[in-house]
Order: sequence, then C-alpha cells, then structure tokens
Amino acid sequence: MIKFLLGRLMQGILVLFTLYTITFFLAKAMPGEPFTSEKNVSAETKANIRKLYGLDRPLWEQYYVYPKNIITEGSLGISTSKGRPVKDIIAQSFPNSLILGLCALGFAVGIGIPIGVLSAVRKNSWVDWSCMGIAMIGICVPSFTIGPLLQIYLAAHLPGLKVAGWGSPQDVILPAFTLGLVSAAYLARLTRGGILEVLSQDFVRTAQAKGLSPSKVIIKHSLRGGLIPAVAYLGPAFAALISGSFIVETIFQVPGMGQHFVNAATTRDEFLLLGISLFFGFLIVVMNLIADLLTGFLDPRVRIADNPE
Amino acid sequence: MSLLEVKNLKTYFHTRAGTTRAVDDVSFSINKGEIVGVVGESGSGKSVTCHTMLGLLPSPPAKVEGGSVTFDDQNLLHLPLPILRAIRGKRISMIFQDPMSCLNPYLPILEQVVEPILTHEQTSREEAESRAIEMMIKVGIRDAETRARSYPHQFSGGMRQRAMIAMALVTNPDLLLADEPTTALDVTVQARILQILRELRNDLGVAVLFVTHDLGVVADVADRVVVMYRGKVVEQGSVLSIFENPSHPYVKGLLACRPTFETKYRILPTVEDFLHAEEAKDGSLTLRERPNAMERLSNLENKHDPKDFRREPEQTLLEVKDLKVHFTSGSGFSRKTRQTVKAVDGVDLSIAKGKTLGLVGESGCGKTTLGRAILGLVHAHSGIVRYDGAVLQASDMRSYRKRMQIIFQDPYASLNPRLTIEQALTEPLTVHQIGSGSSDRRERVVSLLEEVGLSSAHLLRYPHEFSGGQRQRLCVARALAVEPEFLVCDECVSAMDVSVQAQVLNLLNELQESRNLTYLFISHDLSVVKFVSDEVAVMQAGRIVETNEAEALYRQPKDPYTQKLLDAVPKSDLKELRERQRRN
Amino acid sequence: MPEGPASEFEQGSSLWKDARHRMGQNKFAMGSLCVLGLMILLCFAMAWFCKDPNKVNLVNKFAAPSEEHWFGTDALGRDLFARILYGGQVSILVGLIATAVSVAIGIIYGAISGFIGGKTDAVLMRIVDTLLAIPFLVLVIVLQATLSNFSGEVTQWIVDNWGWDKQFTSRLTNVVPLFFALGLLGWLTLSRIVRAQVLAIKEREFVEAAVALGYSKSRILFRHVIPNVLGPTIVYSTLTVPGFIMYEAILSFLGLGVESPNSSWGVLIKEGANFLETEIQLLLLPGLFFSLTLFSLNFLGDGLRDALDVKASKD
Repeated sequence: MIKFLLGRLMQGILVLFTLYTITFFLAKAMPGEPFTSEKNVSAETKANIRKLYGLDRPLWEQYYVYPKNIITEGSLGISTSKGRPVKDIIAQSFPNSLILGLCALGFAVGIGIPIGVLSAVRKNSWVDWSCMGIAMIGICVPSFTIGPLLQIYLAAHLPGLKVAGWGSPQDVILPAFTLGLVSAAYLARLTRGGILEVLSQDFVRTAQAKGLSPSKVIIKHSLRGGLIPAVAYLGPAFAALISGSFIVETIFQVPGMGQHFVNAATTRDEFLLLGISLFFGFLIVVMNLIADLLTGFLDPRVRIADNPE
Repeated sequence: MSLLEVKNLKTYFHTRAGTTRAVDDVSFSINKGEIVGVVGESGSGKSVTCHTMLGLLPSPPAKVEGGSVTFDDQNLLHLPLPILRAIRGKRISMIFQDPMSCLNPYLPILEQVVEPILTHEQTSREEAESRAIEMMIKVGIRDAETRARSYPHQFSGGMRQRAMIAMALVTNPDLLLADEPTTALDVTVQARILQILRELRNDLGVAVLFVTHDLGVVADVADRVVVMYRGKVVEQGSVLSIFENPSHPYVKGLLACRPTFETKYRILPTVEDFLHAEEAKDGSLTLRERPNAMERLSNLENKHDPKDFRREPEQTLLEVKDLKVHFTSGSGFSRKTRQTVKAVDGVDLSIAKGKTLGLVGESGCGKTTLGRAILGLVHAHSGIVRYDGAVLQASDMRSYRKRMQIIFQDPYASLNPRLTIEQALTEPLTVHQIGSGSSDRRERVVSLLEEVGLSSAHLLRYPHEFSGGQRQRLCVARALAVEPEFLVCDECVSAMDVSVQAQVLNLLNELQESRNLTYLFISHDLSVVKFVSDEVAVMQAGRIVETNEAEALYRQPKDPYTQKLLDAVPKSDLKELRERQRRN
Repeated sequence: MPEGPASEFEQGSSLWKDARHRMGQNKFAMGSLCVLGLMILLCFAMAWFCKDPNKVNLVNKFAAPSEEHWFGTDALGRDLFARILYGGQVSILVGLIATAVSVAIGIIYGAISGFIGGKTDAVLMRIVDTLLAIPFLVLVIVLQATLSNFSGEVTQWIVDNWGWDKQFTSRLTNVVPLFFALGLLGWLTLSRIVRAQVLAIKEREFVEAAVALGYSKSRILFRHVIPNVLGPTIVYSTLTVPGFIMYEAILSFLGLGVESPNSSWGVLIKEGANFLETEIQLLLLPGLFFSLTLFSLNFLGDGLRDALDVKASKD
C-alpha cells in the first residue's frame, strides 16, 4: 500500500513537471508582450517591469526559478495582468468553483447513477430507451446551448432564480445543473454498461440459483462491479468539475477560476497561466488517485495486486 | 416415490435464425440419496435440462414448450417465482462448471457461503457463519476459519469448487444439481471432488444430478446414467447395464470411440460407424443403426496390430538436453517484487523418427511451455535442442520452421478469422516458396484439404463457418502445408467431444503412417496419451519425473506421482464396475 | 455444414460482410448514416449555391425567415442558412481531420508499443499515462492560444510568398491550428486501445501459428494483427469525432477557436446566445444542426460497436 502510494506520488510529480514544462515553453512561444494592454509605456519602464517579474533573465534560469519558488516560498508568481499574486487569485476564485463543482457532482451522481441502474434493470424497455435518449441529449447538446435556454425559460419565470450572478445560495442551482448534465449523462451510460456487463456473468446465475430475490441480485452482486467504470470516470470528471467549467462560469457569470484561466491564455499572463495549470494538474492527480483507491475498494482483485497469493 | 421427476420436458430456443429444440421430450427421475449422471456431448441439451428445472434460463430466447418437473408434488415449471425462489438454494442447490466465473469476485468466500442460509432461514449471522465454516471444513477446505474471509481469486481452482459445493450444501438441500462440476479441474483434483460428493451423499443423503460429458466420470460416481443426444434421452439405466450392454447405437458408438487404457487398436471407431443420423427440414431427427458395426470393429482390431509398422531401426530425430525456461512475473521494470517461475526446469527427452512421444501432466506443470520452447516460440533460458543431428539456434530457427510444426488446443483461436481457407493454406506455400504459380498452389491446397477429410468446396469459406472438429482439421492441413517431419500437438483434442476427438486422433494416426511423421503429443488426458503414444513422459512442476514405453509405464508406474495420476483417472472398465456393484 | 461435392466453390461470408449485414438491420445506425450523409451534402455541396456568408447588410438585420433568407439573418444582416452551412464545413472538418491525425498517431504508437512489447512497451505506455493525467482542455487552450497567435504572421507570409488569396488564407490559418491542437492531444486514449487490442491478438494462437510457420514479422503485423485490430479502432474513432466537434465548439465559444468573421457552429451558437431574449432562432438553429450531427455520430458509433462486436471496455 505504501509502495503503491509512493509510486503514485512519483508519477504525480512527473505529471506536474511535464505539464509545467509544456506550459512554460508554450507560454514563452506565444508572440507578443505580456504588457501590451498598458499603452504608452516607455521602453525604460517596460524593461523595469520585465526585470521586476524576472523576465529579463535567461530562459533556462526562468525555467528553473519558478518551480524553485513554489517549493521554497510556496509562491506561484505574480499575475502580470492583474498585478496580484497568483496564489491570491486562486484562493479567491477557487472556493466558488469548488462549490459549483461539488453541487454539479452531487447532481450528476444523484441523477446519473440511478438512471443508469434503472436502464440496466429494465433493459430494452421503453424506460431504458427514454433514459438513454435523455442521456444522449445531455451528451450531444452543448452546455452553452442548454445554459442560455435555462436562463430565458427558467430563470426569467421562476421566482428566486437569477439569470446570472453569484451571491445567494440558490444562484448555484442553474449553473450546477448545466455543468452536471454532461457528467450525469456519461455516468448513466457507463453505469448501465457496467451493470449489464456484470449481469451477463456466471456468478449472477449462481446468485439466482441460491434463491436470492432480483433486487438482492442487483444490489449485492451487480452494483459493486457495475459501478467500477463509472468510478474510474468520476476521478477526472470530478477534477474537471471543481476546477470550474470555463463555459458555465462565463454564461452564468460565476467569479470562478475558469474565467481567470481563459483570460490568462488570451492576455499572455504567463504566471497566472502556469499557476492555474499546475493547480488544475494537482487537482487531477489527486482525484485520479482517489478514484484508483475507490476502485480498489470496490474490486478486491485490484486491491491485492501488490501482494499476490 | 422419486424425489424429482422430469416428464416429457421440452425447452426450445426461439431466435431469429429459427427454433432450436435444445431439450426435446426428456423424461427421467431421481430418487432420494441417488447419484444420477446425465451424459452427453456439447449441444445434447444436458445443461439446458438442468437449468430449466430451476428456471435459470434467460427467456427469451428459451421457452419451456411442455412437460413437467415434479418435485415434492409441485410442478417447478409452473410455480410463481417467489415460491420457486424459496426452493432454489434451499431444497435444490446447484453447482456450475467454472468455479472462477461462478463465484462473485467482489465478495469474500464466507459472505457467499453464508448467503443461502441468511436468505432462506431465520438465523443469526454468527450461527450462519459458524455453520458455513463447518461445511467448508467438511468439503475439505483447509484452514477454513482463517481463509473464509479471502476472495475467490486467492483460492486455487479445486478450492473454489469446494467452496461452491459448500455453498450449495450449507442449507442441507435434498437435491444437488451439478453441471460439469469437475470439467475445468485436473484429474487429481477431480478425483478428490468426486470423493467428496460421494461422501456427502452417504453422510447427508443428498441426491445428486451429475451432468457431464465424461463417461468415465459417470462410471466412477453415478448409480444410474441418462444418455442424451441432440435434445433427446437415447438410453437410461444403471451404470453397469449401460456400460456392459448398451442398446442404442449412439451409446454403443460413444462407448467405443473413447480411448481407454485397454484400447489396443490404432484406429478408433467413431460414432458414425454405429449411427446414421438424418435431419429432416423441420429439424426432426431420424436415427438409424448401421449394421454390423461391432464386426467391422473387431476386424479393425485384428488388422491393426499396434507394433506392425514400427519395427524399423530407431533413429533419433529430436533430442532435448537440460532445457530450462524461466519466466519473470511483474512488469518490465523492477518496481515490484520480481518472481521467477521455473516453467521448465531442466528437461531431457528424445524422440525417435516416426514415433510419438506423449507428454502428460496437470495444468501448470510446464508441458505447453516445453513444447513451445522446443520450437523456439518461447525463449529458452538454457539447454540444447538438437534436431536431426544439428543444434537449433534462435538465429537460424526460420529455416527449421518448414520441418517442425505445431497444432494448438483451441481451433477457434488458431485460425485468423479474416482469411479464407484458401488464403490461410496458401500463405505458408507462398512464404516458403513451395509450388510454382498459383494454379499449382491451389492444387496443393485442394489435396491438403482432401487429405484431412475436407472438401475443396470449402476453399472460399471463413473459419467461423466451420465446426470445432473441422477447424482442427484445417489447422492440421495448414501445418502439413510446409511438409514438416515433426509435429507438436499441444492439447489438440482437449476441447473436443469424444466423437470428434476420435476422428481427429484417427486422422493424426493415419497421417503418421502415410507421411512418416514424428509427434510430440502433449495432453492432460492419460487415456488419450496412451492411445497415441509409443513412449510417454510424465511431467510435474517443470521436470520430467518418469519416461517409459507407454504400455510399461501404465502397467508399472515407477514414480509415485505417476501412480497418483493413474489412480485419479476415473475407471470405467467392466471389471471395475462389476466389482463396485458387488460391494454395494 | 454439409460436405458437398467439390464441383463448385461455396462463397464464404467474411466477418466484414456479417458486420455490414448486422449494421444494415440497425435502424438507428442506418438513420444516423442518412442524416450524416445529408449533413455532409448540405455543408459541402449545397454551400456552393448559397449566398456569401460574410456579406454584411446592416439594413436587413434580424430578418425573419423568407424566400430570400431561409433562416433569416443575424445581427449584421448576414444570411443565417449560409453561415450555418459554412460553419458546418469547419466543424465537420475539425472533427474529421483531428480524428484522422489522432488515429494515425494512435495506431502507429499503439501498434509499435503492443507489438514490440517488453521494456519499449513499458516506457511508451508510461509516457502515455503521464500525458493522459495532464488536463486535456487546459493544454488545448494553451496550445491553441500559442498557435493562433502565429496565424496572422503565417497568413501574411503565405500571401507574400505564394500569392494566395488573403481571405481564403486567413480562414485556413485560423482553422488549421485547431486540427493539430486537438489531433496532437487526442491520440492518447486511442493508442492505449490499439495497444490493448494488439496485445490481445498477439496472445491468440493464430499469431503463434504464424510465427511457427516462419512468417516474417512484417507479414504477421500487417496481415494477421492489424486487420484484427481495425474493428475496435474504427468504432472508437467514430466515437471520437463528436468529441472533437464539441471541443471545437467549446474553444470557439471561449474565443480561442474559430474567430469571426469565419463561422463554425460553436461561433454561431456563441453569437446567437447574445440575442437570445429576442431572436432565439439564432441560438436554436445552429444548435439543432450541431446536436443532430453529434447525435448521428454517436448512434453510428454505437451501431458500429454492436455490428463489429467490440467489447465496451477500453483496455
């Protein structure tokens, strides 16, 4: 177990480092200046600012200083466009993304998995077909079509719901629904597939031969194995949800992290870009690890892979 | 009054392709405390019969079209599901063929053994668990208390099947339906499982319906036998009467086509020698007996003296010296604890030209790896393989490919599904530049097909359009295309029904005579090995423990392991059966 | 199978033929195929007969559907029907070309990894694992932001040196980086699928028989392994196309993909969302085309999976 965790820790560091390297050089390769938005700045001032941010140093030194600062000072650099520490920007915007993401995840799991189970149990009935049809809509209709439609048809008519904004607790409902819909749809499909796969296996027949009731066969013998694909999907999906959907945050004007990231990419704010990329990467590494541990909990064969009989 | 009575049972499968009469008018009964064997080849409907009784078949496509299964004055076929469920696992239990896939990999063994008690009885969990552990000890699971909480993948095959049996018997059922319970197991393990079943019958008085394809097992374990053929019961009676005096031509054929330790002739009779089956358009079957089958048989016996054609001076074709194959488990990096498995651990053997060396052993003993290492298909760790006087080197192995060939166990996986028969058989000719031009090659392919008993009409067909036996013939034809002298037959009849097995064994023997082939015949089946081999080597844990002339080895085994293997083979000769009859 | 006389060769039925037959019986899949065919016909053939999608006519903005403008006009008086068709060209091409790029890389990478095996395989797959753990969209956004920044310079260079039409060139340089940004990052999962398939096929005895018969490595790879790997690859590729189309739309919606005046379905939906209170058709119509295409592709992929009998699991 410790060996496994150590291995994953090493892999996680490798992942973050690769991500850092790619992002760093891509950011450097972007043409133009990070400060083009500030007009009429003398060449001298520009040089000073560059010096301040350490951008005048040789490339390899910049490449090496940034991770060093993360480790020694816990600093993610200073945003060139906002003039504030990247860490502060993340600290301020991430809680919003986290709340939105958690609600979306709750919705996705709460709706997606039961629908998947229902579909699998009533395979090839109209219940199955309509559930899977709805799931297909969730996958094929983009959130930036559903979001605006919800805004004009629900938010405009129902009391308490706002078209956009972020302040009162109910403001989370529409964005969370929009954000969670795709994940719910994928979860439903994966759960259905997983359970059908398990139901086709021989040990289900054994359970029936023991005289178990159909509901017991599903709950005790099929659910555990059937949920494994869904759980494997949940890890990365969860990270994607809480790291904030760029789109949904834009539509519903949620002050989350996604907007900062897109802005950083378009304004060539390289420290903000690097900082948020690495933070995303970190989230994904952690979530993948949790998903793996959860899979191990569900499947004993994976759990004991480290010390076979 | 019998415990269970099946009367005129009919189970059909309705699919888009048509209706299959899987079980067609089957009747038999089983008494309390009796072991009844249901025997048949694949597709005979024996398993379907078994599953129909407990309503375990998926419907559609399966549909019970008529008949009754009476148990305890109730017709199981018409019981409402909740009442049937109260019988399943409580009064009638079931065990299945593959104990790996039939146990839930996600739950501990104990949890699964306890489940029938908790489902059917008002018992506390502690009591249920102690009863489950008691039953696990009874079926011979060592350290049941400590191992009960392990998962199925931590158990060996034999232990898993014991756990299945414990699970089935923990509620003290009246009837146990056993569907091929020992087919996936080694003979020694099979012998122990059969012993356990017999003991449980004696101790608990449970009746057993034992479904199997193996006549030897039936003779060993059952009191009465029901023989099924293509959905129908063709004959039933006591074991002795069936084996001593079969009346139906199919049963006669089935008994005759099976090689036993006593078989003396080189060519096995086949079911077709006894039986002529005609299928009408509506799927109904007419069976007619071929006359004088037994006489033709005795002619065979007289004509083919086993030693007849083998009296040439011996010349060694293949010699293996101290061959070792070690595998390292784990991934390519040394991250995990590496474990070295010594699959083949210092083997010496030699085969004379035109002879057959049989290689027997249980699963995991390294016999398959040995066969592949000889052909250079797996990398040998050390040792020498000398073929026709020259030491084989990995570098010039390709020049020997023409001379040494292999036939695999699974004819379904041994043919590329995307190539037609003609493509598959022409390819070796093209690669080794045999024959000149495409018309000559086509002629060669046609004659190969005819040599293995197929017709040239099949040239443009694909492998999935053939039956298992036909596919194995195709594999033989492909191997013969390069005109080899030496063939490794790796469990090449193990997946087949006995009637098909007889045909393929006959083919191999005929080819050996006509082409003067040398065989290394690898199998777990001691009877088959004895039938085909001149010499037999017994392998255990990567080593050869005994080699001797076939007849001598079976009569007077020297190694205790050989003795153990021989003892484990179910005995079905009449002398043995009569003996047992008298004892009872 | 009856063994008839050798007079006539019986024509066999290949696995592909069987799959085609099963496919033909799947109504959803065939319907999807028709919709896709129609969509491609509309976007690539019909578009030539349409009005200029970029012709601004501020007098006639937000026109209702009419004989002149089938779907009406947008905020700048441009013909919506023409814009949807031209936008479809971009969206469909992005999906197809990005898939082609990732399939090409994925098959080669996965086949090499699986076929060679051993240490090479372990190293190659560790690389893929690492790349897979990197947030995909994050990288695409960074990559696309970098690449698209060059497009202006590249356009100028092409116009100066090769004398191409400027409008056409800028359209091209705007879209082409997208193909590569998506394609270069999308091959990871595909390479794992191909590798898993190759490993499974390698274990099959017909490959061992081919080795035993002395066939060369390349013959075994191309004649025995790859044809048997194609089925799952095709299925997965089909299911990849809608994913890429969706990514294009997301990037365009965020202003990082296709840029006005060029259109793609993502751009049109974004533009439509601005006027949704009054002119909802500007959002709904492109959304309809978009979703219909995605629906069809997904159903087609599912149908292919059933017809080619591919297991649902990915590894």
